[in-house]
Amino acid sequence: MVQDSYIALFNENKNLFLSENPQWYIEKRTEALNILSEKEIESFKDAYTLDYGLNVSRLPFAGDPFSLFRCDIPGLATSNYLVLNDSFYAQNSEPNLPEGVIICSLSEALKDYSDLIKPYLHKSNISNADMAINTLLAQDGMFIYIPDGVQLEKPIQLVNLMYGKVDMMAVSRNLAIIGENAKAQVLVCDHVYGEEVNYLSNRLTQVFVGKNSTYEHYKLESSSSKTTNISTLEIYQEAGSQVLSNLITLANGKTHNRVEVNLNGKGAYLSLNGLGLGQDSEKIENHTFINHNVAGATSNELFKYILNDNSVGNFYGLIKVMKDAQQTQAYQTNRNLCLSKEARMFTRPQLEIYADDVKCNHGATVGQLDESALFYMRARGIDPVEAKMLLMFAFVHDVLDNVRIEPLKDRLQLLIERRLRGDNTHCGGCKICR
Amino acid sequence: MLEIVDLHAEVNGKEILRGINLSVKAGEVHAIMGPNGSGKSTLSSVLAGHPAFTVTKGSVTFNGKDLLAMPAEERSRAGLFLSFQYPVEIPGVSMVNFMRAAVNEHRKYKNQTPLSAGEFLKLMRAKKEIVELDNKLANRSVNEGFSGGEKKRNEIFQMAMLEPCLSILDETDSGLDIDALRIVANGVNQLKTPENASIVITHYQRLLDYIVPDIVHILYKGRIVKTAGRELVAVLEEKGYDWIKKEVGE
Ligand SMILES: Nc1ncnc2c1ncn2[C@@H]1O[C@H](COP(=O)(O)OP(=O)(O)O)[C@@H](O)[C@H]1O
Ligand SMILES: [Mg+2]
Repeated sequence: MVQDSYIALFNENKNLFLSENPQWYIEKRTEALNILSEKEIESFKDAYTLDYGLNVSRLPFAGDPFSLFRCDIPGLATSNYLVLNDSFYAQNSEPNLPEGVIICSLSEALKDYSDLIKPYLHKSNISNADMAINTLLAQDGMFIYIPDGVQLEKPIQLVNLMYGKVDMMAVSRNLAIIGENAKAQVLVCDHVYGEEVNYLSNRLTQVFVGKNSTYEHYKLESSSSKTTNISTLEIYQEAGSQVLSNLITLANGKTHNRVEVNLNGKGAYLSLNGLGLGQDSEKIENHTFINHNVAGATSNELFKYILNDNSVGNFYGLIKVMKDAQQTQAYQTNRNLCLSKEARMFTRPQLEIYADDVKCNHGATVGQLDESALFYMRARGIDPVEAKMLLMFAFVHDVLDNVRIEPLKDRLQLLIERRLRGDNTHCGGCKICR
Repeated sequence: MLEIVDLHAEVNGKEILRGINLSVKAGEVHAIMGPNGSGKSTLSSVLAGHPAFTVTKGSVTFNGKDLLAMPAEERSRAGLFLSFQYPVEIPGVSMVNFMRAAVNEHRKYKNQTPLSAGEFLKLMRAKKEIVELDNKLANRSVNEGFSGGEKKRNEIFQMAMLEPCLSILDETDSGLDIDALRIVANGVNQLKTPENASIVITHYQRLLDYIVPDIVHILYKGRIVKTAGRELVAVLEEKGYDWIKKEVGE
């Protein structure tokens, strides 16, 4: 199996992986090892066969890692953190966070806050080989803790930056614990430094949202054609919690996003959105799993793709309504535009309903730009290229409406416009991309 | 202004226009009448540059230029306007963005600077009054959820914004109640100048009570089979189209 070399890597460097882990996390790693020896890697398996550099021995970056990166989205004030390959960095000038809030590296949290995080990480399922690889090999990442009643004003921004002079692989793990009646916004930006080398990242993020809390999670990718990005997001929602998530893939190589949301409390509300813009040979996969585990929760899902050239889009969306989850409302929409004959879209919406008193619907479409609308606009003197832009903007409009950080929304509009115009500058948001 | 000579056009390999000759001068209002399916909308689509139709023979000269050589957007910028029989709904594209794009393309064509947001809104407000178009409609997506009458008023509103030299109104009266008809016709009449011209396509007399044509043509089976003054409208109203069918030998 392709993962054999990674299992070997772990076994050869056990002391490095386990040295500072609490006993319960060592057990978790062993569990992952067992799963990985049995389960096949499902997505972009071939990417694992290259010979990557991996910073197993935790060499720090020589210099200021923040010199590699500066996000300059106008008007966007965030608390800024960096995961360079797989190592967490905070800026020297720590932003003034409200009392009780913890934002630190996961390796530090495993040492210092073992009791705090154990209940969350210990019980979490390792549901596939991607997660098993992550649990086995991740040595660092970001830890966020928001105590009850704390409302963060500034979004937390995490930049995952791949950096290497040779092919590089990074495995990182993030954990966010949001207390009750709290509020937080997290913006994760996946970027790469340089377009020449191959990058493979496997990142796992787990978020636990307490009662009546509001949590927003944005994941934005602007990477390179030689990047494979395997990304898992798991969200657990308690009663009355409101979660908004948006996964936007602007430019990439091969991306697999797996999102699983567990609605575990009455009145929990989820809005899960995504946008994929494909060109060249990009591959964009979003696999989503929404579990209505209890009664009286609502989920609203919207994913859209615009595919050009030879790009391939893939959407799989499973909504499960468990036996006792009465008064569930679950809506799923997937709409896709194929701009070229070669572009391909695979869509598989799925509903599994075991309760009887539910309101659920789903719909998926794949189409082209509306020719009669195009002609109507041209007949008013509008350039065909502009007319197409207007139609494509109209198409992505409702996804962008679900971005609640205004400066980010404005910037996304600009980036999407550039991308749709076929401009190859990937991301105007930060220094490395310009 | 417009000179159509022996125009033949087909769609999906089927010949629809079979030798149209028509000459329109500045200041004139022409009416084209004819039974359903005779090719009226095809003629207007061909003139507007719809890609589904292929011209197989003939020529069209518009203000000295070869109209058929121009792409649809350029025909519009050069002053040709088609009020669609079936205006298209464009969900997600606001009337404001749509119209601003159109107006500024027209201005660019005339080497004028684009209008500022403020100037544009002012222009829009002024022109909306001509067709009594509701403010609410202007803030909505293009034609989305508009009633039949609102769509037609919106066409005339766009005409007012773009100030065309030649406007072709394809069945702008169909589906309108008498009040809406009066508003639309009023709009068209207000926009009339000695320098511009219109072709009004209809198969009822109704609209022509309000927009009085100088010349009336009857289009039948892809040809103009009769041309006369405005008195022809009354004849058609009285005798119907059967009379024409007999006259052309059917
Ligand atoms: N896209 C099309 N494909 C095939 N036939 C068409 C198409 N558009 C129009 N036609 C045919 O052309 C003829 C003329 O139609 P049209 O120009 O719409 O007539 P009118 O506007 O006078 O009612 C009709 O027989 C119609 O069926
Ligand atoms: Mg017609």
